[in-house]
Amino acid sequence: MEDLLTAEYRTIEAVKGPLVFVRHARRAALGDLVTLEIPSNEIRSGQVIEASEKWTIVQLFGPSDRISPGTTWVKFAEEGAHIALSPLILGRIFSGSGEPLDSLPQVPPLERRDVHGSAINPVCRDLPTDFIQTGLSAIDGLNTLVRGQKLPIFSCPGLPAGEIAAHLISHACVPNEEGGFAVVFAAMGISSREARFYLETFESSGALEHSVIFMNLADDAVIERLLTPRFALAAAEYLAFDRNMHVLVVLCDMTHYCNALREVSSSREEIPGRRGYPGYLYTDLAGIYERAGRIKGRSGSVTQIPILTMPDDDITHPVPDLTGYITEGQIVLDRRLHRKGIFPPIQVLPSLSRLMDRGIGEGRTREDHRPLADQLYACYARGTDQRRVASIIGEEALNETDRMFLRFAEDFERGFVGQGVESRSISKTLDLGWRLLAALPEAELVRVSKDLIRRYGAGGEEHGWTENQQT
Amino acid sequence: MAGPTVQARGLSGCFMNEIARVGPWGLTGEIIRIEGDLATIQVYEETVGLKVGDPVRTTGELLSVELGPGLVGEIFDGIQRPLPRLSALSGDFIQKGAEAKRLDRERLWSFEARVKKGDLVEWGTILGAVKETPRISHLVFAAKGVRGLVDEVREGDFAVTEPVVILEGGETITMRQKWNVREPRPVRGRLPLETPLLTGQRTVDTLFPIAEGGTAVIPGGFGSGKTVIEQTIAKYASADLIVYIGCGERGNEMADTLSQFPRLTDPYAGRPLMERTILIANTSNMPVAAREASIFTGVTIAEYYRDMGYRVAVLADSTSRWAEALREISSRLEEIPGEEGYPTYLASRLSAFYERAGRFLLIGPDEKRTGSVTIIGAVSPPGGDFSEPVTQASLQMASTFWALDTDLANQRHFPAINWRMSFSLTYPSLLKWYRQLASSEWSSLVREVHEVLQQEEDLAEIVRIIGLDSVADRERVLLEAARMLREGYLRQSAVHPVDAYCSIRRQVKLLSTFVFCTGRMFAAAERGLPLDLILGAPPLEALLRLKEVCDEDLDVRIAELRRDFSTSLGAGVV
Ligand SMILES: Nc1ncnc2c1ncn2[C@@H]1O[C@H](COP(=O)(O)OP(=O)(O)O)[C@@H](O)[C@H]1O
Ligand SMILES: [Mg+2]
Repeated sequence: MEDLLTAEYRTIEAVKGPLVFVRHARRAALGDLVTLEIPSNEIRSGQVIEASEKWTIVQLFGPSDRISPGTTWVKFAEEGAHIALSPLILGRIFSGSGEPLDSLPQVPPLERRDVHGSAINPVCRDLPTDFIQTGLSAIDGLNTLVRGQKLPIFSCPGLPAGEIAAHLISHACVPNEEGGFAVVFAAMGISSREARFYLETFESSGALEHSVIFMNLADDAVIERLLTPRFALAAAEYLAFDRNMHVLVVLCDMTHYCNALREVSSSREEIPGRRGYPGYLYTDLAGIYERAGRIKGRSGSVTQIPILTMPDDDITHPVPDLTGYITEGQIVLDRRLHRKGIFPPIQVLPSLSRLMDRGIGEGRTREDHRPLADQLYACYARGTDQRRVASIIGEEALNETDRMFLRFAEDFERGFVGQGVESRSISKTLDLGWRLLAALPEAELVRVSKDLIRRYGAGGEEHGWTENQQT
Repeated sequence: MAGPTVQARGLSGCFMNEIARVGPWGLTGEIIRIEGDLATIQVYEETVGLKVGDPVRTTGELLSVELGPGLVGEIFDGIQRPLPRLSALSGDFIQKGAEAKRLDRERLWSFEARVKKGDLVEWGTILGAVKETPRISHLVFAAKGVRGLVDEVREGDFAVTEPVVILEGGETITMRQKWNVREPRPVRGRLPLETPLLTGQRTVDTLFPIAEGGTAVIPGGFGSGKTVIEQTIAKYASADLIVYIGCGERGNEMADTLSQFPRLTDPYAGRPLMERTILIANTSNMPVAAREASIFTGVTIAEYYRDMGYRVAVLADSTSRWAEALREISSRLEEIPGEEGYPTYLASRLSAFYERAGRFLLIGPDEKRTGSVTIIGAVSPPGGDFSEPVTQASLQMASTFWALDTDLANQRHFPAINWRMSFSLTYPSLLKWYRQLASSEWSSLVREVHEVLQQEEDLAEIVRIIGLDSVADRERVLLEAARMLREGYLRQSAVHPVDAYCSIRRQVKLLSTFVFCTGRMFAAAERGLPLDLILGAPPLEALLRLKEVCDEDLDVRIAELRRDFSTSLGAGVV
């Protein structure tokens, strides 16, 4: 079977860095996988990236040492990267290109699929509307995640993005619904220390049995890193759309992925765009991020949480910038909050969930969710403004109301955003918001109606908190 | 073969921009370069899997759209493949080489003739009409090159491929035409722009209006509200027809529009929005070459309806993705790159696109017919930095410029149109309309808004240095008045049940109330009333919430507000 599908050549003409130029490879198609056999019987692999009458250009997945025009055999698989799929992939750990890493046998496939997938026809998309409870107030309360959304975390070097991802992996759920939930985790270029941390999270939280893990570590092949998210998403699409599961995909770290793409692009001598990244970075990233969503008539969903590191904490760097242009919002981490010891250090002002409104409100979370979120946001924004003013003219120069907002910003960061290892239900998050607002003069709360204040505010009939119930 | 382009040899007789079918699936492509025996083809579908030696077939046709009844309410990809019928053929995911006829061949249209035997027919003659949707009467007119006397007219129900008019000499005319997307459809002449395209958005209609037939550019970083503005304008624009082009953007946004528009009604005809909307969806993960084609497909369809006399608005989100597609293809051709890797012809291509907007005298025997195409394009500058080539090139072309501001968006001030950077070059020519049909005091009302905002900005500098408590009362009142205007007038939620759309009549009422009330505050400050009273006595919150009051209650509430501001600030003197 294997042999029928392949064609072998010993016609390497040139090797330039990771590129191998092969002559007369008539049956090679763009995207085909290639194996190269060097005299020591060692096998290398690669992929066809360009084909012409003269050349077939193969990009190697690994090093090019000892590849030689005279002696190396090149085999064309006549197909691109494929993934073996069956429900048995759950609980398994694979390499970035789908080889088992957990010393268990290969998964007997029910189906093999091209990892690149195809674009969902926009008319077949169903809108994401179901609230996902992450247990983190800064997300659930102010930047709500819904099923089928792609919501990245913009981190900075040294900030605990991994811990947040771990929290989501162990705690994310849809309230009042059981089963059919899976996690697909793709590690790209992360260190073995980080990898160990994630694997421990999966094991200790019991999430591993309903998870599929793809690991491409920092010292694994760069080209394989380009395939890793595609393997993960092909697995996710299968579980979601063929097996009706709700799949949370965590992609970590997209900055490493983009750097791999940049490296490959420059080895192809392509014209570099901003900061050396290829001009097609947007299109390439869209090919990954757009594989989140729901499809009409199918009950599963693919929700994506890509994690990326902003080099120099710079949100205008091409990786966060282009990501933000494609994803449905972003959760931005902040070094200052981290230094204050606040976990998760989520800076809510530049954070956004574009699909929030579909997932919240009466019948989904609570009727007061939207106005409360707006009010908290506005008060916090005003408080941080006062903080800036106070840093120039001194806190004493502020009037009483302004000082209240200043204190509110502080309490909000510590008590609402900051929550340590706790996981909060959505009603707890919302009640907490009302409690913080109670410290401000009612006349300043123009984003919530008088009626809501009466019902949810201090002493209100629906208020879910009392002074002695504070922790 | 490399990425979205392939090269083929031996296509004898092929010509530039000819459509070719590539490989065993017959992928659609366009010939974009010919060198000797070698033709370079830009392929509109995924090229993975193509092999050297695969067959290529030329078609003898240019990249064109099929025009005729059945476009309105439909959703197409960048090369006009109908997405609903594509999904019926190939499922939830778009499959390689999937094909469906651009216009539905099965559907029958009831043709009402407007010519009779013996009439002269020439380019632009209206032959008949078809009720395409309850509000779009689709005029069937003779295409370029047609000329002759009518021999036979058919009435009844026909498919788009069936003859409806037969000329002497046997030439048959159907309801279907084709047009090359890269060539603007001809007109008799251009007309001056005098009428605003109303959008129901206060910041736009009051401060930076766009004309019917004008062009507007909306640059802004991600999350600054480009898509929401485009979608809001698609809902509320005073146009007859909307062509919405999702060019390299999100699939969920198109799905959102698709699910909302059939249910929502527009404020003018009260009919479902889908009855006046055509969607072109080439999302970011769909082939990049088709993305490049999508804006031409969209604008050509718009011109076709313009030729029926309609006022069409083209909303393109985002032209930057189109420019990037251009760059990607150009770099595959190994052309010498200009600024930031964009081809040197970026600016000329962009201007050629925006030049297709305008108000025109139409071709045809009736020399007085007019139609317009308005183009509103979003721009996504990398890092939100407006100095980049696409923003700059678009700026040259735009008659209206709405600069979206990430800081305003982060403050959740929407629409985040920065009132310092934005402009409307057509404003002077629209003033006559505003004075006659909105309010005779329009200019002074608008000037007041600009002035208060400008003074606020000047003051903000000072406050930052000396602190709020140190500025004079009159200045404190001004800051408060500016805040009222920003929060109570400019700020407008796209999802608020009452406020999302604000008719021009409402705008006049709100604006004059604001100017009246803040005027009372200024006057009180002049008269030396204490600051606490000026900021404490009048119902400021009620004024801020005036925009949320529904039409029925508005006049009463305004009268109350005027009275309350006057009495609480002792207006007896004024
Ligand atoms: N007029 C508006 N009213 C209310 N919310 C808005 C408005 N404009 C933008 N937003 C908010 O900003 C978010 C981002 O807007 P969007 O148009 O998608 O940005 P862009 O297309 O510039 O990336 C929306 O999801 C919405 O929450
Ligand atoms: Mg957008």
